[in-house]
Amino acid sequence: MVVDRSDPTSALTVTDAAPGVAGLQGEFARLGRRGRAALFGRALLGSKAFLVGAVIVVWWIFDAIFWRLFVPYEPTAVDPGATLAGPSRSHLFGTDDLGRDVFSRVLAGATSVLTVAPAATALGIAGGITVGLVTGYYRGIVDNVLMRLVDAALAFPLIIIAVLVLSVLGQSTWNVVVVIGIVFTPLVARTVRSAVLAEREHEYVAAAKLRGESGLYIMFAEILPNISGPIAVEATVRLGYAIFTAATLSFLGLGLQPPSPDWGLSVASGLAFLQIAPWMVLFPALALATLVVAVNLVADGLKQVVEE
Amino acid sequence: MTAAIAPVREETLALEVENLRIGYKRRGRVLRVIDDVSFGIRRGEAFGLVGESGCGKSTIAMAVMRYLAPNAVVEGGRIAFGGDDVLTLGDEQLRRLRGDRMAMVYQDPNSSLNPSIRVGDQIAEVYRHHRAMDKAQAREAACLMLEKVHVSDPARVVRRYPHELSGGQQQRVVIAMALATDPDLLVLDEPTTGLDATVEAEVLDLVEQLRDEFDASILFISHNLGIVSRICERMGVLYAGRLVEHGPARQVFSDPRHPYTLALLRCVPRLGMRKDTLRLDPIPGSLPALGAEIAGCVYADRCPIARDRCRTDPPPLYDVGDLRAAACHFHVEVPGIPPSEETRPADVVPADDEVLVRVEDCMKTYRSSGGDVTAVAGVSFAVKRGEIFGLVGESGCGKSSLARTIVGLTDSTSGVVEVDGKPMSQRRQQRDRALRRAVQMVFQNPDTALNPRHTIRNILGRSLKRLTDLGSRRERQEAMDELATAVRLEHRYFDVRPAALSGGLKQRVSIARAFAGTPKIVLCDEPVSALDVSVQAAILNLLIELQLRERVSYVFISHDLAVVRYLADRIGVMYLGWLVDIGDAEAVFNPPHHPYTEALVSAIPTLDLDAARPRVKLEGPLPSPIDPPTGCRFHTRCPRFLGDVCVNERPPWQQANGNAYRCHIPPDELEPLQLAARPDATRKEGNGAGPAPAA
Repeated sequence: MVVDRSDPTSALTVTDAAPGVAGLQGEFARLGRRGRAALFGRALLGSKAFLVGAVIVVWWIFDAIFWRLFVPYEPTAVDPGATLAGPSRSHLFGTDDLGRDVFSRVLAGATSVLTVAPAATALGIAGGITVGLVTGYYRGIVDNVLMRLVDAALAFPLIIIAVLVLSVLGQSTWNVVVVIGIVFTPLVARTVRSAVLAEREHEYVAAAKLRGESGLYIMFAEILPNISGPIAVEATVRLGYAIFTAATLSFLGLGLQPPSPDWGLSVASGLAFLQIAPWMVLFPALALATLVVAVNLVADGLKQVVEE
Repeated sequence: MTAAIAPVREETLALEVENLRIGYKRRGRVLRVIDDVSFGIRRGEAFGLVGESGCGKSTIAMAVMRYLAPNAVVEGGRIAFGGDDVLTLGDEQLRRLRGDRMAMVYQDPNSSLNPSIRVGDQIAEVYRHHRAMDKAQAREAACLMLEKVHVSDPARVVRRYPHELSGGQQQRVVIAMALATDPDLLVLDEPTTGLDATVEAEVLDLVEQLRDEFDASILFISHNLGIVSRICERMGVLYAGRLVEHGPARQVFSDPRHPYTLALLRCVPRLGMRKDTLRLDPIPGSLPALGAEIAGCVYADRCPIARDRCRTDPPPLYDVGDLRAAACHFHVEVPGIPPSEETRPADVVPADDEVLVRVEDCMKTYRSSGGDVTAVAGVSFAVKRGEIFGLVGESGCGKSSLARTIVGLTDSTSGVVEVDGKPMSQRRQQRDRALRRAVQMVFQNPDTALNPRHTIRNILGRSLKRLTDLGSRRERQEAMDELATAVRLEHRYFDVRPAALSGGLKQRVSIARAFAGTPKIVLCDEPVSALDVSVQAAILNLLIELQLRERVSYVFISHDLAVVRYLADRIGVMYLGWLVDIGDAEAVFNPPHHPYTEALVSAIPTLDLDAARPRVKLEGPLPSPIDPPTGCRFHTRCPRFLGDVCVNERPPWQQANGNAYRCHIPPDELEPLQLAARPDATRKEGNGAGPAPAA
């Protein structure tokens, strides 16, 4: 190997007709793995919205793991002497009906959301990739049957399905993950399928067929690596929804159970005190909002770079 | 340098480009793509700019219109047009200039027209905007303009949407729009690239006729020297952003004084040139990297007569007489440059008599919403072992469907496709290993033929694993080295991904992949049409070399008849799902042959000026394959249409010398008719067709 790794273009000829209009994609593809990562990173960091989003997301992830380092009180510690106290120096976000510190509970609440949502997203993406690849690659009857099932699944409101399944399976964190994952599968499958449809017409797929490769090999080794961009975007978008869905299920009492400091649960329990202690609802809701908005900012930034 | 263009008198110049320098900003650096280019176009003159992709010809066109990409930087120079410097005009002036006095015709007519507006309204819009006409006046003017560009029945065409028109008609409409304001300068940027041969001929004829009617100056940009020398009075040859030669088109063409121009001419097949008489002469090496600092002559690295001086001392445009200039220190020696070693004709071994591929009454039907489309309607032929079978026809004729059926990528609807005695039309998975190895394919588009996420090593390694019995990694590595050497791919490219390779290199990988096993038949689907001519020659030579060495057969699909004629032993011509003409290559190219073949042959843009021929024109659009014409499928456009018999009865196969064609006119009647229309054609001798002498 004599190609100079530090500047992958140095040994090679660049002969594109219009360098002026050659997009990021063209330049992108010309580079080696390292140059490509650098270029991708630079394009992403060029977007302010992405940066803000990324910082907030990273903060919540950090907090989800290390919240014990920041909390002034034990999130579940009850203080009968200080119930429904407003924000003050000793309780920054006030206290709830049992006298628990809302600030500590908000910080600790990130853990459950950021466990359930990514796990559910991973499940949904894995399912969606499989269904999307199979339907997009094989077309025909398989495609028709599976896509009609997907359409049927999409016709039900998400929450209804979730409530139905959870009331049958019983309430547990794991079940919430499975339910959200299953509900996301058809949505992801549609995106993956449309990407596969464009990709399967490329001649390298025909070349693989002529070598006698199996459908499995063509789908996963030939096509999948080429649609990783749209899948990454889809995964980020889904993560935003998953966070929101997980919180909604907790709010409805179908997710985690008290005394968990989960945000959705906190909002639900604070609802009764909205008139006298709005901080009980306000701060967990704000925390949830910042995380969802931040994830969507990241998704937008990613989408822009991938599509360019 | 300005001395060289001095003979063109200043006051008659419509456009003058002086010392133009343009770069593109990329990652903080400015890469220069146009360096010190000067030329002038006189009033009413057509000037051609020729060069391969990446030489900067489109950048010049865009600079003249000032449509440069946002990251383009004009580093110096002047573009004078009727007293204004285009490069310094304000927005308002520029807007008026573009619509009124300059107009441009782009490569793809389909994307230049708005698909949701009737073409009449699109032309009328130009009149309303630039000539302040009211609706009715503008519509009338649009009709008149369409008549001027020889659109038949303009009153009906104005009400059509772009998709209802053929490619040729679309390009006529685009030209009509460009000419609507009677511009002083018309910029044509590859106006015929991507069009079928007969349509291309049609459009070029139109441009030639219009030159007499309008006195617009023309800047004609093309990669095709033959076309430029036909349309233009003068031309310039661009290489790596520099003008390396310019002068009267015919002289530059017939007696080039720059090594690059000479090389460009030698690497395309000329009329009558065949692989057994003379090989193509590819240009070694590749274009210098974009924005590379070159001390001497830009072409020195690829030039057969380059010396030390060429690498240090950039050549000015030397005046070589006859109002010509060439940027070569040794321009005197250029006419004497001998052809390279590559051009030695191959020892062509005649094909065996054994039939390798047998196609019998093959039908391929696709379901579509408007009805069933019969892409291949009962085609029968055979390919012998070690033979190159050329398949030609225009887009939509079914050649690709037929090809995909032969290699087994799709099943035929009915009929027989056999390779080596085994039927191809069965499930791919059930096909045995031997049959799978026997059939391989080289694809048209090198960019999508290789998986962009796999390295070259993965791509070739996987093929070796699947298509050979080599068990160990080491054996496969050796085989890969061998393969790479055979297609002249340097081993240092093994660990890069396809995007890092040029088009020609990608196609070499693609060819290596096809030859990884020991194929018996390789289907080449337009393998060179996406490549530049200099690369094309090298790939064609490689294909011939491999074919002779491995004794494989090719089914070679191409829309470029010159290439097919050069390469193929036998040729089949397809029209609307039918095979209409089949036989020995030279026999198919010479009368008597099918009237459609006749039209195709006459549409070849010839490189030999003196062999200019009257053209056989095809009237009307290609009929829809959903509802093909009755009787003879070609009767709606046939220049030799007889009457009811063609409409009502399917034509029989007529046996001529060396070829057979499907027509109601017997060979002894057809031959004199066709010979009369083509004075340069060779009369077939009784013993079959020999190679046609160069005209």
